[in-house]
Amino acid sequence: MNGELTGTILIYLITLLLAYPLGRYMSKVFNGEKTLTGFMKPVEKFIFRISGINPAESMNWKQFLKAMLTINLLWLVYAFFLLVFQDKMPLNPDGNPGQSPDLAFNTSISFLVNCNLQHYSGESGLTYFTQLFVVTFLQFVSAATGIAMLMALLNAFKEKTVQHLGNFWNYFVKSVTRVLLPLSIIVAVILAFSGTPSGFAGKDTITTLQGDTMQVSRGPAAGMIAIKQLGTNGGGWFGTNSAHPLENPSYLTNAVETISILLIPIALVFMLGFYLNKRKLAKVIFGVMTFLFVIFCAINIYYETKGNPAIDKLGIAQTAGSMEGKEVRIGAAATALWSVATTSTSNGSVNGMHDSLTPISGGVVILDMMVNALYGGVGVGILNYFIFIIIAVFISGLMVGRTPEFMGHKVEAREVKIAALITLLSAFLIKGFTALAAYLVAHHPDIAWQVKPGAWLNNPSYHGFSEMLYEFTSANANNGSGFEGLGDNNIFWNVTTGFVLLIGRFLPIIAPIAIAGLLANKKFIPESPGTLRTDSGTFGVMTLAVIIIVTALSYLPALALGPIAEFFSL
Amino acid sequence: MKKNLLISLKLTGLMIILCAIIYPLLIAAVGTATPGGGNGETVSVDGKVVGYKNIGQRFTEDKYFSGRPSAVDYNAAGSAGSNKGPSNPDYLKIVQDRIDTFLVHNPGIRKEDIPADLVTASGSGLDPDISPASAFVQVKRVAAVRGLPETAVKELVDKHISKTILGPDVVNVLKLNMALDQLK
Repeated sequence: MNGELTGTILIYLITLLLAYPLGRYMSKVFNGEKTLTGFMKPVEKFIFRISGINPAESMNWKQFLKAMLTINLLWLVYAFFLLVFQDKMPLNPDGNPGQSPDLAFNTSISFLVNCNLQHYSGESGLTYFTQLFVVTFLQFVSAATGIAMLMALLNAFKEKTVQHLGNFWNYFVKSVTRVLLPLSIIVAVILAFSGTPSGFAGKDTITTLQGDTMQVSRGPAAGMIAIKQLGTNGGGWFGTNSAHPLENPSYLTNAVETISILLIPIALVFMLGFYLNKRKLAKVIFGVMTFLFVIFCAINIYYETKGNPAIDKLGIAQTAGSMEGKEVRIGAAATALWSVATTSTSNGSVNGMHDSLTPISGGVVILDMMVNALYGGVGVGILNYFIFIIIAVFISGLMVGRTPEFMGHKVEAREVKIAALITLLSAFLIKGFTALAAYLVAHHPDIAWQVKPGAWLNNPSYHGFSEMLYEFTSANANNGSGFEGLGDNNIFWNVTTGFVLLIGRFLPIIAPIAIAGLLANKKFIPESPGTLRTDSGTFGVMTLAVIIIVTALSYLPALALGPIAEFFSL
Repeated sequence: MKKNLLISLKLTGLMIILCAIIYPLLIAAVGTATPGGGNGETVSVDGKVVGYKNIGQRFTEDKYFSGRPSAVDYNAAGSAGSNKGPSNPDYLKIVQDRIDTFLVHNPGIRKEDIPADLVTASGSGLDPDISPASAFVQVKRVAAVRGLPETAVKELVDKHISKTILGPDVVNVLKLNMALDQLK
């Protein structure tokens, strides 16, 4: 047990050791400086030439958003049709059927927004063709979209007053060629040599030692698993994601995959410091994020290694912790670490079933997705955090009686209004839809739908409520993990979460870019003794307070009805 | 708008080639050099494939060490956990039933010696491993059914504990049972 605890700490420390140089490297890449990966330059030049992109053409914030939205819309249409007609396409050795329109709607949106709600199981719901041409493809480009949008934000504050935020296509392409692809190749090779399949053979049928007939699903999974971890998408090849022994074969691969979840999100925080030459600001942001992250990890590791009190009452030996929904080779501590890592970073992959987490851990992962800014999804995590910064700047401004400023630009009513609306939006979507679902379960369990609301839940009482709360929280955060007992492959869940996913992705991208664009346009005010420094510890504490107050006020009542009530019932 | 759309179309095509064709083919090519050639590592008895090294399988007979309960009954065409919540009364009854069944099949074992991983379902439904404690607790039964000395069976389990630095110690059930069949 002590070894397992040391293991989790070591995994996190190694992540930091790798993230720091990666952050410096990415800053150089996006600054156009020389790096180790210079050999990719001809590839990028080729891509720019064929596509008709002039990477030196700088865009204002509206042009930047338009370019991003156009290509995203194209991907949505492309993915939807491929999924519906996947049965008529090649690379389908298992003869899997096409997706129903509502499922394809949900799946295409889900991967477009760098999420993985996956209301299907990989073994039967997709073909090798769609696993690669829809899922793997979107896992790369949706992550690259996030990084490109972050660059727009950073460029708004790099110079004193700017109109232009750089070229979307340039950042997008380089995110793939210089960051995501090289890292994915490294991780995929490690996985392939550890036992994860990478070949194209279909299902195998064997006779077991005991004489039963058994089928085994396979496929070119290693590459996809690497990018789903690194790009914070999280969508697994197999139904049970990284709990599956082929998707995550050993304790070592589990360590590699956990590091891959956190690596780029943390590195981007460091990159912010290098790129803007504001290391202190990066340190403060990193400090606030890490403070909450470590607390969440400690809580979950404590409760998962302690075990389920209800199982203790049955009188057996629960020395390895709560093992329902967990794998022996990974263990309770490493599963707890993963549960926090995946919900902090909007990743959504799992290495154990979250539905079977003990109540407090289950509550922590839901809360973590409600905050959705502890490192956060690739690129978008810092955009989310930026919204908290704007609100913190505003509140501190009020407290000291000065016009709030951020990086030498006055933050005025319009910017604060946008930021406030975005924080309210999440609470509105999550609680509004959860309330609707809970109402249907309680009052209309027998509506003549294909799957009746009365049959949605896999668990009764408080835990059943948590299943619904988790699903909408996950959709809004673009996380993708679930309390998977929920019967969610039906029209109600496919359509409602589909809309929540779309809104939960694009508005929280558009808003910070708009705020940044507006701020960047304003006159630069040099720092004076009266300026509230945003790179100070005091301001870090202020941001932390804003995060805690906003999430506590918005969500505590909902959490009290689910995980907290369940905890006290045990 | 039209310019954006044109760029989007061409760029999407190129990205598909890079991320969905070149990248997976590259990994598949590297994969052919791995044990199992990229299609999963199998294990054989007398030249006949009896399973995948990393995929657990169903062992119901008392002469074999059994693995963990599985929500998909070890059918690796799919995978699933039970997704039962910790407070679910139906779930707790299932665990209680597993404990009772285990005690019937393993006379002489006390309830407090049953490790939790042996009566709780794994995350994937395909967990290939059990904890060493879960193997030791079955030694008595397996030895009795096979008419082997307990010490010999216990020794075999000892040999099959694989240790990882920092990670939990595990016993691969399929490999243990294969060795058991060889033990005369």
